[in-house]
Amino acid sequence: MVTLEHYLILSGFMFVTGVVGVLTRRNAIVVFMSIELMLNSANLTFVAYSSFLGNVIGQLFVFFVMAVAAAEAAVGLAILIAIYRNKATLNIDEINILKW
Amino acid sequence: MTYYSLVFWLFALITVGSAFIVVMSKNLIYSVFSLLLTFFGVAGLYVLLSADFIAIVQLIVYVGGILIVLIFGVMLTGSVLTEGLKTNVTNMLLGSVATGALAGLLILLFTNNNLYPNTQVLTPVPLKDISRLFIVDYLVLFELLGVLLLAALIGAASIGRKEKV
Repeated sequence: MVTLEHYLILSGFMFVTGVVGVLTRRNAIVVFMSIELMLNSANLTFVAYSSFLGNVIGQLFVFFVMAVAAAEAAVGLAILIAIYRNKATLNIDEINILKW
Repeated sequence: MTYYSLVFWLFALITVGSAFIVVMSKNLIYSVFSLLLTFFGVAGLYVLLSADFIAIVQLIVYVGGILIVLIFGVMLTGSVLTEGLKTNVTNMLLGSVATGALAGLLILLFTNNNLYPNTQVLTPVPLKDISRLFIVDYLVLFELLGVLLLAALIGAASIGRKEKV
């Protein structure tokens, strides 16, 4: 018997994995993929609750989150490519010109 | 019901395992391709939760769109040609302490709380009803989303092009 708890804990694990990626990796693309993981786990929580509460609105908002994630992916990777063109690195410890 | 559990555990294993590979792999290409597996696993879970529409959208948007853009990002930043393909892991101690605390908090929250029902899973909703919600009840949000996507794509093209703006 698979209950709502199973889905919630699974998405919690996915979210924590994404947090580990953001905190421990130094490549900007890996950090980016970890953010996608966290977005996916939030979506999974939305769909699980929507399914177990019998309400479709959750799925609707997952659709909106996906569209925003697509926009974020496009803009984020454009920024990464621009940074790589200017600094020839994607190590986020070396991209620190905003720090003074 | 046992088949349901079996398929759930299969997809859960695929999702969590490939998510770990995404984060832990030293090779950038392995990370990207295990992200593909993660997205497939989550799409399977959506099907199990009888959210067919969202599962299809997940496959189209994430696997067909975002993943391809990510692979382009890996290729265009020259990570394959240089030694930058191998990326290192830092902050392991602090990161594991922080995320351990977060994981404990989440699991405590999810297991200690009986706010949620454990009733039957929702029956699949016809696509007609979902699209009615988009076009009638949430029309403004839907249109705003279109404007946001357009602005984001124009901005991405403007940022990513070669000559100075």
